[in-house]
Amino acid sequence: MKTSSAPVHSAKDLDEALALRHAHPDATILAGGTDVMVFLEAGAIDPSRIINLWGCDGLRGIREDEETGGVRIGAMSTWTDLIRHAAIPEVLQECGRTVGAAQIQNRGTVGGNIVNASPAGDSLPLWLALDAEFEVASIAGSRRIAAVDFWKDYRQVDLRPDELLIAVHIQPNYTDHLHYRKVGTRMALAISKVILGGRLRIEDGIVTQARVALGSVAPVPLRLPSVEAALVGKPIDAGAADHVAQDIQPIDDVRSTSGYRTGVATRIVRSWLERCK
Amino acid sequence: MGPVGENIPRTDGPAKVTGDALYVDDIRPAGCLYGATVRAKIAHGKLLGITKDPDFDWTDITVVTAEDIPGKNVVYLMTEDQPALVSEIIRHVTEPIALVAAPTRDRALEAAKHIQVETESLPAILDPAVAEGHTTKIFGEDNVFKRITIEKGDIAQDGEVIEGTYRVGHQEQLYIEPQGMLAVPRENGGLTIIGSMQCPFYIDKALASMLPDVDMNVVQATTGGGFGGKEEYPSMIAAHASLLALKTGKPVKLIYRRDEDLRCTTKRHPCTVKIRSMVDSNGKLTMWDAHILVDGGAYNTLTPVVLSRAVLHMTGPYACPNVRLDGVAVATHTPPNGAFRGFGAPQAMFAAERHMDRIARTLGIDPVRFRRMNILRDGDSTATGQVLTDTGAETVLDRCLSAAQSTMPPSQIHPGGGTGKYRRGQGLALVFHGCGFTGNGEAWLKGKVGMVLDGRCVRILTSSTELGQGTETTFCQIAAQELGIDVHRVTVDPHDTEKVPDSGPTVASRTCMVVGGVVQKAARALRAALQAETGSVADFDVLLQSRVSEAELRVQVEYVDDGSMDWDDATYQGDAYPTYGWSACLVDLDVDLDTGEVLYRRFVSATDVGKAIHPVIVEGQIEGGSLQGLGYATREEVVLDAHGCMRNDRLTNYIIPTALDSPEMVTEIVEIPYKGGPFGAKGIGEIPMDGPAPAVAQAIECAVGVVLDQLPMTPERVITAMENQ
Amino acid sequence: MIKFIINGSEVEVDSAPMTRLLDVIREDLRLTGSKEGCGEGECGACTVLIDGMAANSCLIPVAQAQDAEVITVEGLAQDHRLAPIQQAFIDHGAAQCGICTPGFLVTASAFLVDNPHPTRQEVREALAGNLCRCTGYQKIIDAVQDSLSEPGRTRE
Repeated sequence: MKTSSAPVHSAKDLDEALALRHAHPDATILAGGTDVMVFLEAGAIDPSRIINLWGCDGLRGIREDEETGGVRIGAMSTWTDLIRHAAIPEVLQECGRTVGAAQIQNRGTVGGNIVNASPAGDSLPLWLALDAEFEVASIAGSRRIAAVDFWKDYRQVDLRPDELLIAVHIQPNYTDHLHYRKVGTRMALAISKVILGGRLRIEDGIVTQARVALGSVAPVPLRLPSVEAALVGKPIDAGAADHVAQDIQPIDDVRSTSGYRTGVATRIVRSWLERCK
Repeated sequence: MGPVGENIPRTDGPAKVTGDALYVDDIRPAGCLYGATVRAKIAHGKLLGITKDPDFDWTDITVVTAEDIPGKNVVYLMTEDQPALVSEIIRHVTEPIALVAAPTRDRALEAAKHIQVETESLPAILDPAVAEGHTTKIFGEDNVFKRITIEKGDIAQDGEVIEGTYRVGHQEQLYIEPQGMLAVPRENGGLTIIGSMQCPFYIDKALASMLPDVDMNVVQATTGGGFGGKEEYPSMIAAHASLLALKTGKPVKLIYRRDEDLRCTTKRHPCTVKIRSMVDSNGKLTMWDAHILVDGGAYNTLTPVVLSRAVLHMTGPYACPNVRLDGVAVATHTPPNGAFRGFGAPQAMFAAERHMDRIARTLGIDPVRFRRMNILRDGDSTATGQVLTDTGAETVLDRCLSAAQSTMPPSQIHPGGGTGKYRRGQGLALVFHGCGFTGNGEAWLKGKVGMVLDGRCVRILTSSTELGQGTETTFCQIAAQELGIDVHRVTVDPHDTEKVPDSGPTVASRTCMVVGGVVQKAARALRAALQAETGSVADFDVLLQSRVSEAELRVQVEYVDDGSMDWDDATYQGDAYPTYGWSACLVDLDVDLDTGEVLYRRFVSATDVGKAIHPVIVEGQIEGGSLQGLGYATREEVVLDAHGCMRNDRLTNYIIPTALDSPEMVTEIVEIPYKGGPFGAKGIGEIPMDGPAPAVAQAIECAVGVVLDQLPMTPERVITAMENQ
Repeated sequence: MIKFIINGSEVEVDSAPMTRLLDVIREDLRLTGSKEGCGEGECGACTVLIDGMAANSCLIPVAQAQDAEVITVEGLAQDHRLAPIQQAFIDHGAAQCGICTPGFLVTASAFLVDNPHPTRQEVREALAGNLCRCTGYQKIIDAVQDSLSEPGRTRE
């Protein structure tokens, strides 16, 4: 059934959210609803076991640390919240604007996108590129997980049954070359075919840090170690894109083909690197 | 002066902007039940049994199977081949097998899941290329719904042949309102059917043999788009809702969910066209030999008529002395295909236009110049030997080109920037479209319109439905102009088969041109009746004032053929259509070299509409149809699984353009009046669908040099073509 | 019981908490102006404003509407006078079959609060979550651009 008279547990603050999570480790977390409600319609979720975080102000808010330049993004921040906040790097706002369309951006949350862990999650490669850290908490305390360690396998994340993602931390360096590109089925309301999140740090003409992350080309969003290794320690070499294919495992599905994804991924990485030069 | 030619506010505007307009799912009679459909999961097989899961609670559920059908198990359109519910043989995946009714939608869907269907699979034919004459029979003796051949001159000519093969896939109409019907038992017996539909009388006729003793009236609710998709399929849903309403004795509403609508309802016919042609040393066409294979799916529906229109448009708007146009429509074990705006012409003219490009490319001639050299002009004859007058090909071509030059500088058309590496392209297509039914269709149909003088107001009685295309407004304008009264005094009555005459179906670009003409005739008849009653000859309002009686005055007229068309349906020779519309369109686009995505920047069209009764409505039709054509060109693909079932059965995976995918449009209206249409109007509903896809193909060729002869030209296909260059 | 304000009036409903707000609006409150086109947030026909933000009501469980202010198409007109955006749709012929129209009107209303004189590209992006199959969007964009404009002003 798609409805149940059982109450939904709504958290008003962070403590309540964590207590509920502890009490109901098998409940579905309801954030913006843009994924959960689709699963519910499909009968894939039990409507009698829901923890609703929409009213939980302790999970919202975007704060910039004046001293460190770090930005803390509450997990319940919507894409619209990010698009409108001055502390959010432009590349992340661009990413937000590719999520669905205005109606989806107004409800869909950063936390939902990250924990839902779809291989095609729009923002996931960008968190990898930004070296984001995810702050997760339970009633016992909190810990931080690097984005690169978070998505372990197809829709499986490093989150214990009693934990919640409560914030995302990024440390933007505004001299880095940052890039986001989503190739979807159309220009809005699109599921991605290939997503690129990229960051290059260039010092004295040499690439000292390279993050090249792709989505929709593997069971999880992932960094491309061969491409990154081919970039670091020298001037920007667009030929590093030749290594894209070896790091990814795209599939054929109802939207596209493995061959298309590989070709597009290679080309958009190359074009980005060419533009950075 | 008068309202014709003026952009009066649409009569249906206020209800639609306030949310007051009632679509079928907005109507909820007391005690209404909800229906759901149990469907076949295989493409071809025997139905062995239907059982109810004993562990499910059936107390508030009613189940209907073929055994409950009182009359013939047939939903009738042209033939008696399509059952309402499978009785023995399954012929396509999703074919309806059983129905349930329940107090809520969720209960109905749950109950449907607990009906167990036992089947035995049989080999299925999914490929139309092997269907004809196959040992496995789907339809008739040879799986052929229809064959048509048209010949003119002699195609056995000397010279070099240029040949090409062109393929187009299914396309989904994607009306934003899913299909649905409501069947309500009447107090005096029988049923009222209310629903989303184009043709109320089609439903009436479709159910006559299935429910011979059930009196029914069919009423159109406000309908959220049709485009042909609600021409015949609603009869199936009406059949189902009726059976449930009769068995339960209660109102039953059957609204399709979007995924169900996508999987189960009719689509545009996929076609393969092969063309062989010759030109002389001056670049004039001397021979055109075209063959089309149309995939009709498992049942006849109206496939023979789609084949007819496709074959009749396979030359494109070009003159050629030696022509052979040959077509066959075959059956496959797939969900039946049906009407979709254009109805065979978009498929045929994609092929014709791409072939013209092929010839131009082979000969090294500019494709626009090549077209101009060969267009049909006054005095030329078509493949069926129809001698044309008032042709508009050159006029629309010139108008389109000059409109393209005079608006928007290239830098504004191609804004650049963004993350893409783009190549620009521009492409053009030239099309024509026969208006109204082929040949003597109208003479046979005799569409009727009634008109009532009700106090100082005039009410139009017609079965021609408003689907968004502005029929209601346009009819009021025509009647008001003819009578010389203010348009606000004219209204159109609700389309209830018990209360309005059969004007013919709302299809085939005939509603304004043909039925509008009958509306005009009805207005004249009403005035004549008033003149007769008052015994004087004067303007309508003067007569009204002098009128003594206050009784309603009612007239009904029908379409009468003027005998000017000479058409032989057996040989397909003569005047195929009373007139033709003409259109030229031009598209500016960018191809992203990294992704193969085609980004539309600007779309310019010039279309001859005869007379624009309401220019904004006409523009709206052209703009909407053009965007459907642009979607058909590059994004709209129906992906089938091994059973022939649509896999991408969600709006997230069947891709129609959003506002960010659609270009700015420049829409030029050309008026070459048609004497047979009200105030000169021709049909315009479908022609906008014909040109965009080949124009896009030419533009892609211009941008990146690849030749694509298959629709849709998805990014995957564009990239593959670029890689293979 | 879930309490919220709809089109300025307070309501209380007894629906199961995960019931779609769209169903509560259409079935319990009998406001049928918001439409179901797809049931999965892909067409925008069900768009309502919730606390001033456009959202697909087919994706909002009614529990999340607790204490919220919801506006549907029925709430756009004030004192029986059409809102400027509604009048603009009539003036430009932007409604054909009309099924998508309520969703567009609601989305546009919220958008125009923040951006009363948008460029055409801005309008396209704002409306990208509302699908239309009839109009090609051209006259919808004209209407949205024009609805709050001063007479005689032209815009790119």
